[in-house]
Amino acid sequence: MSKRSIRDFKEKSMKSLFFIGGITTILVLLLIFVFLFAEALNFFKTYSLIEFFTGTQWMPGASPERFGILPLLAGSVIVTAGAIIIAVPIGILSAIYIAELAGPRTAGILKPAVELLAGIPSVVLGFFGLVILVPHIQSIFNLTTGQTALTGSIILAIMALPTIISVSEDAISSVPSALKQGSFALGSNHWQTIYKVIVPASISGISAAIILGIGRAIGETMAVMMVTGNMAIIPGSDLFLSSVRTITATIALEMGEVARGTEHYFALFAIGAVLFVMTIGVNLIAEAIKRKHRLEA
Amino acid sequence: MNATKSENAFSFADTLNGENEFDSDEDDFESENEIEFENEIEFENETEFENENSGEPAPSFSTGKVKKKIIEVKDLDLWYGNNHALKNISIGIPKNKVFAFIGPSGCGKSTFLRTMNRMNDMISNCRIEGEIYIDNENIYAKETDVNDLRKRVGMVFQKANPFPMSIYDNVAYGPRIHGVSKKKIPGIVEESLKGAALWKEVKDRLKDSAFSLSGGQQQRLCIARTLAVKPEIILFDEPCSALDPISTRKIEELITKLKKEYTIIIVTHNMQQAARISDYTAFFLSGELVETGKTVHIFENPQDERTEGYITGRFG
Ligand SMILES: Nc1ncnc2c1ncn2[C@@H]1O[C@H](COP(=O)(O)OP(=O)(O)OP(=O)(O)O)[C@@H](O)[C@H]1O
Ligand SMILES: [Mg+2]
Repeated sequence: MSKRSIRDFKEKSMKSLFFIGGITTILVLLLIFVFLFAEALNFFKTYSLIEFFTGTQWMPGASPERFGILPLLAGSVIVTAGAIIIAVPIGILSAIYIAELAGPRTAGILKPAVELLAGIPSVVLGFFGLVILVPHIQSIFNLTTGQTALTGSIILAIMALPTIISVSEDAISSVPSALKQGSFALGSNHWQTIYKVIVPASISGISAAIILGIGRAIGETMAVMMVTGNMAIIPGSDLFLSSVRTITATIALEMGEVARGTEHYFALFAIGAVLFVMTIGVNLIAEAIKRKHRLEA
Repeated sequence: MNATKSENAFSFADTLNGENEFDSDEDDFESENEIEFENEIEFENETEFENENSGEPAPSFSTGKVKKKIIEVKDLDLWYGNNHALKNISIGIPKNKVFAFIGPSGCGKSTFLRTMNRMNDMISNCRIEGEIYIDNENIYAKETDVNDLRKRVGMVFQKANPFPMSIYDNVAYGPRIHGVSKKKIPGIVEESLKGAALWKEVKDRLKDSAFSLSGGQQQRLCIARTLAVKPEIILFDEPCSALDPISTRKIEELITKLKKEYTIIIVTHNMQQAARISDYTAFFLSGELVETGKTVHIFENPQDERTEGYITGRFG
């Protein structure tokens, strides 16, 4: 073989290697998708779709069994929303602080500290929540139990923070200094420069950070399950202070004891499919935000 | 030292002959100071200054003496760490003229330009001694409001740096941060874009991203953005170095037009440009101000042989 054809061969085989890699990922995703939705469809052969989506009770043991997703959906949404409300402002402010305001020494301590926070296993966080947060929340709000949606939100926020901080901080730090100088040269102060130039210039990165953080929060199971009380009820006016059960917690709690092929078994796949659609939705929104800002920039 | 700039050598070179082997090592120059030069500019026919542009009347200087020059630099020294980047600079900048700073790369032109709107404040190891008076006010005095100073002394950078927002918002940025009332902003935007000779090209696409403009248009947008805060002085740091000849010509025409209302200082590596558009020129070499005066004098009859060497392209 000539040198040239060897090079061609190398190039071709590299190409197909990457192609196989890419295709495998898509295939696995497709497989999961098909499996999940096939099993979920089985559920709707015996259970009404409308009752599933509008039912306010999740009672697998009762007769007749009730599989209304609303309490679980409410649990997931409330816990996640709470986590976002807590983590987004703290995360963005911390990122701005580290990237723009802290001196090099402070930043040098804070950045590794944030990364350390990301390394804490979720079970450990759940344990911390159970032992420290739960009693405090119980006494502060004078509740019968401290295992509430709020507790779950706080734990989730702690888990989402490292992602939000480090990805936003990256985005903020990579704003070209020419832009900052342009702003200062017009006589604006540091704050104006931060919120009118630096943050808008890095908004796609910050949005990505938030969505990545939320993505982690929605799918998270273990820590939340340990602190939210897992009562499958739709919270009333006590909202964040009510005990809730998330979709992920339900699957994790019940999958082990359910008999294969029963209606309950398929019901768990159905709520899994709903969760899957939700996460895909979040990701699509993230993509849309990113694309919009790329076009604007 | 910058060898690539020699192609810009000014054509007065024809009149000169003799030692073409000018050693470009800066250290050699410092010892041979045979020729005395004046840092003070002499003004003929310039005792009167139109005050049409200046917003507030300049506060009178403590001596009560009215200065002829809008900027007065006195014994300015600047260090980056141990690097003595500006050495005992004294110079006066007349109002409503174009003043060009020339000199080889690294001689401190940009550094000196940045001392006038205190952009050097942001460089952590930068230390400054001496005084700069603008409108008879020492801008390095403790009570100086730096943001207000930068509003009065605008700056256009080497590379166009529009903000990632619409054309309109770019120009409106300055007035907005300085709290100009909402009603006045559309007028200011239009006026500034017209002032920067960009209005015709963008008036139908003000909502488009600033990045959709060409490089030359972006640079004029940056000029419009600077005009929008109504400065008295505009500093240009090699504003055309990234532009094609046509865009360059446009910016040059613009600068010539702008001097009616603004005092302009421009750093340039292009000798023809300096000769074409400036009224005064200052030549810098390794942190020193070698020679300054009317542009025609500097180019036709330089007093210092280092100046002559530079403008005829024998080094730098
Ligand atoms: N931010 C900085 N920190 C430290 N030293 C600097 C900084 N900026 C410039 N210098 C140094 O100061 C000296 C003057 O630099 P300056 O940028 O003012 O030169 P210049 O005349 O504008 O050159 P050029 O024509 O290449 O733009 C150089 O020795 C340079 O290395
Ligand atoms: Mg420079």
